[in-house]
Amino acid sequence: MLEQQLINALTLGCVYALFALGFTLVFGVLEVINLSHGAVFMAGSYAALSVVEKLNTPLWLAILIAMLICGLFGLLVDVLILKPLRARNAPHLIPMIATIGVGIFLTNVAQGLFGAEIRRFPEEVLPAGEFVIGEVHLRALELAIVAIAFVLMAVLFVILKRTQLGRALRAIAESPKAAYLLGINVEGLFHLTSFVAAALGGAAGVLIGLNFNAITPFMGQPILHKGIAVIILGGMGDIRGALIGGLFLGFAEVFSKGYLSSQMGDAIAFGLLFLILLVRPSGLFGRVLERKA
Amino acid sequence: MEWLDTFWSTYNTLIYTLGVHALLALSIWLTLSCGLLSMANAAFMGIGAYVAALLTLHFETPFPLVLAAAALVPAIVALIIAIPVLRLSGVYLAMATLAFGEVVRIVILNLDITGGPEGLNGIPQSTQGWHIALILAATIYGLFRMKRSRVGRALEAIREDEVAARLMGIDVDRHKLFVFTLGAVIAGIAGGLNAHFTFFISPREYGFENAVDILTMAVLGGTGTLIGPMLGSSILTLLPELLRFLNDYRGAVNGLILILVVLFLPKGLWDPQRFKGWFRPQTREGGVQ
Repeated sequence: MLEQQLINALTLGCVYALFALGFTLVFGVLEVINLSHGAVFMAGSYAALSVVEKLNTPLWLAILIAMLICGLFGLLVDVLILKPLRARNAPHLIPMIATIGVGIFLTNVAQGLFGAEIRRFPEEVLPAGEFVIGEVHLRALELAIVAIAFVLMAVLFVILKRTQLGRALRAIAESPKAAYLLGINVEGLFHLTSFVAAALGGAAGVLIGLNFNAITPFMGQPILHKGIAVIILGGMGDIRGALIGGLFLGFAEVFSKGYLSSQMGDAIAFGLLFLILLVRPSGLFGRVLERKA
Repeated sequence: MEWLDTFWSTYNTLIYTLGVHALLALSIWLTLSCGLLSMANAAFMGIGAYVAALLTLHFETPFPLVLAAAALVPAIVALIIAIPVLRLSGVYLAMATLAFGEVVRIVILNLDITGGPEGLNGIPQSTQGWHIALILAATIYGLFRMKRSRVGRALEAIREDEVAARLMGIDVDRHKLFVFTLGAVIAGIAGGLNAHFTFFISPREYGFENAVDILTMAVLGGTGTLIGPMLGSSILTLLPELLRFLNDYRGAVNGLILILVVLFLPKGLWDPQRFKGWFRPQTREGGVQ
């Protein structure tokens, strides 16, 4: 029982971390709370489902195509909406409000296109195997989800920490102006960040869609709230914090559902978030920010 | 006058809703007027609605007392959560108030006395048109007087530059506490009024979407004046009626409006500065105001 819970928690935590990574990346680099990230997550699920249903592609290809579609959507939002707002030097809450609009738009379009009812992946595309170790049943699907999430996160980490591109991104996160003066293509990297973040969000959407095998237009809303909880838990814009925060929330949620009550599992995330904000607004791992006057 | 009766019986709920939404838009205008983005108004509305409905259903309290309680309880809650929450600013405040809203929704969803996910049914329809009109008029008058007063100017100073305002001797924390609590009072009353003409309330009506809707009203109309938020709330209340032909895509229009307004009308629809520009097109752009 305990082992089974641990596996469920790990699977869920990985997806939360993957979702929160894109979320926190955008905040770190663009300084925008992207509240359309939940809707992009949902769009990823539907994109993979449509590809699998219409083109009969294998699952891994569908995931890649879904990531590409979501990434392009993120890029489009950045070019059409966030870029003009940056150019105008709008107060930082304005882009957030614009992304709320994007989220509402996307959710309603999905509802119009696919209907409000729950859609499922056809059984034959899901990896079927099951490993039994003692009393623990390990589904190949869960294994695949954890593996995909970890590979994506590892790639992102290596890029951010080891490459010239990652150094440039971190420079922008420190100060876009200084980065610009150093000859870094700031606008280009803003676009790239939006693309990558949305692609990661879309991937998380496919994985959750596979795990629970239930896709609805409204699935983005709860995960958006959890994403907010995770990045506040880990510190806004903190990559490592998003990973640890995501895993932590996965465990906290599964275990409180298992041992306390099923409803309180949802309250846990927000209770934690509220508490963290009160005690340590910069997050568990974030630096304490100096107030800029 | 028969057509008037038919018109009224068809549209009275819509007209009541216009008034309630105007109150909500004004409640978020209050916090925005000193630069605080608080997303807790939907939660305060929910608290007001549930307190009011429970008093009516279980204790048969007279309606004026019910409304007073619908104002008082959210105010007390606001005062309590303000102590930690108002230390935060910007996005952190927005996130904390969103989290508070979710906690309120989940608590309402799980309590027995609130009827859980089914909500409360059979609330007597005590709200009359003149109740809403009177409260709305009093709110507008009060806020209008406040805007022109010392307090109003202090709020404006805080919005423009908090540090400078503090240096000028304005008690920033107390002003923030004041608008946050007063916003909760107005939202709570709106909730109490709303519960007593919709017959039925459920936790679904006070979640994240509703917090966003309230914000959209104020942003669409513009937060520079009192007319802006009310214009915004009226448009967003009437729009779904006018867009019935779009069926499933109706909601998408709301999102699109929000994006377009943020992009092209940064000060909202109601911007007196822009209207003046229409009559004096010759003046240089960005001239001395």
